[in-house]
Amino acid sequence: MKKIFVLVEHRKGEILDVTYELLSGAGSLASKIDGVVEAILIGYKVEPMADKLKSLADRIITIDQQNLENFNSEHYQKILTYLIGENNPYITLIAHSCFGVDLAPSLAVEVNRPLITDCYALDIDGDKIKGYRQMYGGKVNVEISPVDCEGYIFTIRPASFTPEQTSRKGEIVKIDSPIKEEIAYRKFLRYVEVEAGEVDITQADIVVGIGRGIKEKENIQIVQELAEAIGGVVACSRPVVDAGWLPKERQVGSSGKTIKPKLYIALGISGAFQHVSGMKGSDTIVAVNKDSNAPIFGVADFGIVGDLMKVVPVLKDKIKELKAS
Amino acid sequence: MNIVVCIKRVPDTSESEVKIDQSGKDIVKDGLVFNINEADNYALEEALLIKEKIGGTITLITMGPKESEDTLRMGLAKGADTAIRLDDPAFEDSDAYATAKVLASCIKDIDHDLILTGCIASDDGYSQVGPSIAEILGIPHAAMVTGIEIKENMVEASRELEGGLLEVVEVKLPALLTIQTGINEPRYASIMGIAKASKREIVLKGLGDLGLKDDEVGRKGSNTVIDKFMIPVQEKMAEFIQGPPEEAAEKLTGILKERGLV
Repeated sequence: MKKIFVLVEHRKGEILDVTYELLSGAGSLASKIDGVVEAILIGYKVEPMADKLKSLADRIITIDQQNLENFNSEHYQKILTYLIGENNPYITLIAHSCFGVDLAPSLAVEVNRPLITDCYALDIDGDKIKGYRQMYGGKVNVEISPVDCEGYIFTIRPASFTPEQTSRKGEIVKIDSPIKEEIAYRKFLRYVEVEAGEVDITQADIVVGIGRGIKEKENIQIVQELAEAIGGVVACSRPVVDAGWLPKERQVGSSGKTIKPKLYIALGISGAFQHVSGMKGSDTIVAVNKDSNAPIFGVADFGIVGDLMKVVPVLKDKIKELKAS
Repeated sequence: MNIVVCIKRVPDTSESEVKIDQSGKDIVKDGLVFNINEADNYALEEALLIKEKIGGTITLITMGPKESEDTLRMGLAKGADTAIRLDDPAFEDSDAYATAKVLASCIKDIDHDLILTGCIASDDGYSQVGPSIAEILGIPHAAMVTGIEIKENMVEASRELEGGLLEVVEVKLPALLTIQTGINEPRYASIMGIAKASKREIVLKGLGDLGLKDDEVGRKGSNTVIDKFMIPVQEKMAEFIQGPPEEAAEKLTGILKERGLV
């Protein structure tokens, strides 16, 4: 029976949502190949987490040891190399998270199996398996085939699969860690929380987001004026923070904040998945972008194709007029 | 500290429409502006900052066509010491794994304490080459690094996790770090630097120079194959508000009012 491994991702004792998504995706793949879903849970005092996975996997392999409490790609790589060698899984699924990105490429080299990163979908037809992913900031979709091998590794983009409740009867299998001595060349030291700023964008009803299309720091002023006119706050996508034009706490997206305002206005934001994952829960989304094919228009309710520098000032005036009337 | 920085020349598609070419496996690149990959530019800047602080050398490596010499020269103009371009017909169609093999085979012959790469390429976005190079060379790595502190025989690296949480790890040197955008403020090359760099030699290496066989690189040495490119079909599409800015703004204000948002 073909095995599908799902690496469980957890932080500070909590299983992350993406793991449930991967288990659900693994379940659908398993039904196509008459396979089994095996969750790999590496950590310390993992039993409560293992219990939560029982209905979602056929087997939960746990490796429980104090030095595995925090994520360390070197430890995980050694353990997964061992488990892949022992179990020969047909598919290994790892989240395309900050954690998975650190782990999967070097693991694939060590176990000498094809890896396709950042997939939003997988397809199995007979003995052919394909990965689907995006390139050019989400502007093209690409179908990729791994070369024939006994097993494949994929990293899966968060929110690609919908978590579903299943009624599997997962057996918990405890395995001793194959790591016998301390790995001295990479150590976890500590977590550092991002400092809270003066504006909490997660609490605002209206958020005006700016992206790369803002072009110059000076141009933020007109967006600030629009935000004030409409009663909202200014937020942004990653490039604006990278440029040092707005502080980190204003960043919306997977490495920033997740917001769900009543209204989100995206200005000059192309709509890369990292940003969209942080704002797609907004009630109403308006986008202004020069490129009519920008992925942001697939998320927005209303779109204006045009230069934000021309649209924003007149929009501010119209809103002021309306509020004054 | 001897630092190797891997860089890549990529087309900027952030604000332009992308079209698929005749092969169906690439995009039409005519008319696009090419530049150093954004994350690689931050990696280069980080190398320059370390060199300025504690001394050492910077070797730039790229795998790419003749045109990518411009990208290397820009790095030389900013203060890199040596530039190597890896090019060979056999490298064509290399996937991320085969690319990592080519780069690693070049780096192994260079004295290195630290290897820096961007954490993601803005074109293919695999985030795979950096850590793969580290594994091939048998050295530790940390991916998506937003802060570096060099200590004795090791580096303390901050890694950015989801939700803005940072993880600080200690990695023994020699090590490879993939650099996240925003870690520093990349400088611009000076006019004088650019003029000087235009006359500098760029070392060209091919398959034989790297001691690789042709079945280790290119299509034969790859673990993955691109079947086809497709323009995404949006499941839902925004309702487009037409007209010149003034008119569109007026219509939008009306919609927001109807929805009770203003």
